[in-house]
Amino acid sequence: MAKKIECLAMLLAGGQGSRLGILTKNIAKPAVPYGGKYRIIDFPLSNCINSGIETVGVLTQYQPLELNDYIGNGAAWDLDRIYGGVHILSPYQQIKGTQWYKGTANAIYQNINFIDRYNPEYVAVLSGDHIYKMDYAKMLKFHKEKEAACTIAMLEVPWEEASRFGLMFVNDDGAITEFEEKPKNPRSNKASMGVYIFTWKKLRQYLIDDEAKEGSGNDFGHDVIPAMHEAGERMFAYQFDGYWKDVGTIESLWEANLDLLNPKVDLDLSDNSWKIYSKTADAPPHYISNKAKVENSMISEGCEIEGDIDYSVLFSNVTVEEGATVRYSIVMPGTVVKKGAVVEYAIVAENAVIEGGAHVGESPETIANLEDWGIAVIGEKVTIGNGAKVAAKAMVDEDLKGDEQ
Amino acid sequence: MKASSVLGIIFSNTYDENISELTSVRTMGSVPFAGRYRLIDFILSDMVNCGISKVGISTKSNYQSLMDHLGSGKPWDLSRKREGITLLPPFSLIGKGNAGGMFSGRIDAIANMMNYISRGGKEYVIFADCNVVCNLDYGKIIDDHIESGADITIAYKRGVRPKLSNLMTFELEGDKIVKLETADTKDTAVNYSLNILVIRRVLLERLIDGAVSMGYTSFERDIIARNLDSLYIRGHKVEEYAMTIDSLQSYYDISMGLVNGSYKELFNRERTIYTKVRDDVPAVYGICSKAGNSLIADGCIIKGTVENSILFRGVYVAEGAVVKDSVIMQDTYISQGSKINCAILDKEVVVKPNRELSGAPTYPLYIGKNITV
Repeated sequence: MAKKIECLAMLLAGGQGSRLGILTKNIAKPAVPYGGKYRIIDFPLSNCINSGIETVGVLTQYQPLELNDYIGNGAAWDLDRIYGGVHILSPYQQIKGTQWYKGTANAIYQNINFIDRYNPEYVAVLSGDHIYKMDYAKMLKFHKEKEAACTIAMLEVPWEEASRFGLMFVNDDGAITEFEEKPKNPRSNKASMGVYIFTWKKLRQYLIDDEAKEGSGNDFGHDVIPAMHEAGERMFAYQFDGYWKDVGTIESLWEANLDLLNPKVDLDLSDNSWKIYSKTADAPPHYISNKAKVENSMISEGCEIEGDIDYSVLFSNVTVEEGATVRYSIVMPGTVVKKGAVVEYAIVAENAVIEGGAHVGESPETIANLEDWGIAVIGEKVTIGNGAKVAAKAMVDEDLKGDEQ
Repeated sequence: MKASSVLGIIFSNTYDENISELTSVRTMGSVPFAGRYRLIDFILSDMVNCGISKVGISTKSNYQSLMDHLGSGKPWDLSRKREGITLLPPFSLIGKGNAGGMFSGRIDAIANMMNYISRGGKEYVIFADCNVVCNLDYGKIIDDHIESGADITIAYKRGVRPKLSNLMTFELEGDKIVKLETADTKDTAVNYSLNILVIRRVLLERLIDGAVSMGYTSFERDIIARNLDSLYIRGHKVEEYAMTIDSLQSYYDISMGLVNGSYKELFNRERTIYTKVRDDVPAVYGICSKAGNSLIADGCIIKGTVENSILFRGVYVAEGAVVKDSVIMQDTYISQGSKINCAILDKEVVVKPNRELSGAPTYPLYIGKNITV
């Protein structure tokens, strides 16, 4: 009989993140690079280990290769354990047939056996695609104090954005009285962050019931949570005040990266008491030459900088040659920006080459109709030829020839 | 390449006394270098990169920081069920009369760990010190050694002899060493040893046994020089980047050399240098920061000016502070308006506002660990 653990985490990491377009062509959304050296999944994984949760199941489905490789045995997050640790859980064949994970709840349902092995009192269900630092231990304490069946982390969002979220109505003592999923005219601005703690015995039963129910979408937000609510279970909202961002779109990914450069944004990654761990490429310190001009930017190890960098985040081993300019942009590992090229308001994926004189992205100030403006995206291993132009909002995932003179 | 049949032995304490400032609280092997490394990382990575998977590290004193750095050996992929790294602290054989188990000299040190070397059963042993900064293909040195049929191979460089006691300089006929000196010389171009040495294990056992029973103490004079005629002792010329640290001045000069171009030779993309990770945020440059010709590690925050310098992880340079021609180690804090010139600031130094610290290129100022200026 296995040793009993108090709280286990299930991390939903199977999503495609289709609104990230070519950035998630070959990788799942949680594996998308963020913040100069991280990937999105580093945040929930580091939160787990920092909160004392040492057993984590990672549910993968869409393009899992890079994600599996990245997580490895979990050593980067101190999650390589004799007992517990990190486990990759992919859909598998069963006697009654083979199924993909049909929905978030079904993904947990298919892994009831995994959870039962550890026989936990509580299960945290986390989403693998948000940027935030959160102490789940505090939320678990709240959950226990309230003797809740389910606790949902909640964040007050600006009213104008509220209609994008699952909203909650909450009593003075934190009890949830009503739910509303992405309403047109929101009456509440208390949004669910997609972070749940369940009392496992309860959740286990609701998952089995939900699976048996015909026509269920097997989704937490749409099916399981409302079913629990209807049955009159004790459900509470746990208020979170820090930085939280869903990086589901190109714009929000771009913004979330640049947030790191904004001293007013409440996301401090250099806090030693709550480190965000990641698997890093062993690269030497970055070199900055006399010709370089760098302001208000984040630059990772292994970079060689000879050009001008302003308000940008550069991942490891990026080269920016003399006379090249990178501003208001995110440049992922191994990319080379050659002499005289300009990259602005853009996200450039890994190992791309921006040849001399090429111009990627446009400043919103130069565009007459702001509707036409957007972040330009260059896919991985793409070469943008000499003098070629990439317009705002464009997504380029094939080599672009320049005007070879 | 037969790296799987080679045992690596690293001496972490040799020549500590040559840079006593930096080694007062640590070993030569754990001296910080090049922004995010310790000196031992270079030797250890070289060994790992050529496929050596068993490495013994000889320690003598002050080795807490070294143990902390090495941990289980995981960053070098040397945390293995079979093989991996082993720390070899002084080992006292009762009745042998070596008081306290502290060895003196290299013969004694090797005799001390002979059990470990023999038990491993590897066919060859490669020795290295930590004060040589290099990124060499050890595989080639080992292959050449085996192919040549030499008994012992010693890697050497041509140039001015570093000021290290007992360092071998030699004359060669072809690749055979025919004449050997250990004294200092005024010559500007000599063949000096990098103290990287390859030998067949069985021969090493015989030579060390013999030396111990004769009461010999000097590895260089009593084992190498004495056997120049009877053994084929071969020199392996190193043309690549390999710098010997023999003083605080040379530590400073070699560091400054890195920012002036040689970092490209040291950090070869085919042979990664591994080190313990610290999970720092990438370096952040503030508004109005100015930096040029510098190597800057993760975790640094730069709001002032940095020129011709090396900044280790977690260094803070406040608004209006100016750092020039300096080496600033981990987590050092330089407050507003301070000026640092030609200095080496050890770990966790705090420079209060508007201080001026200045050395000269030929005499860098050194500020010790944890000091507040």
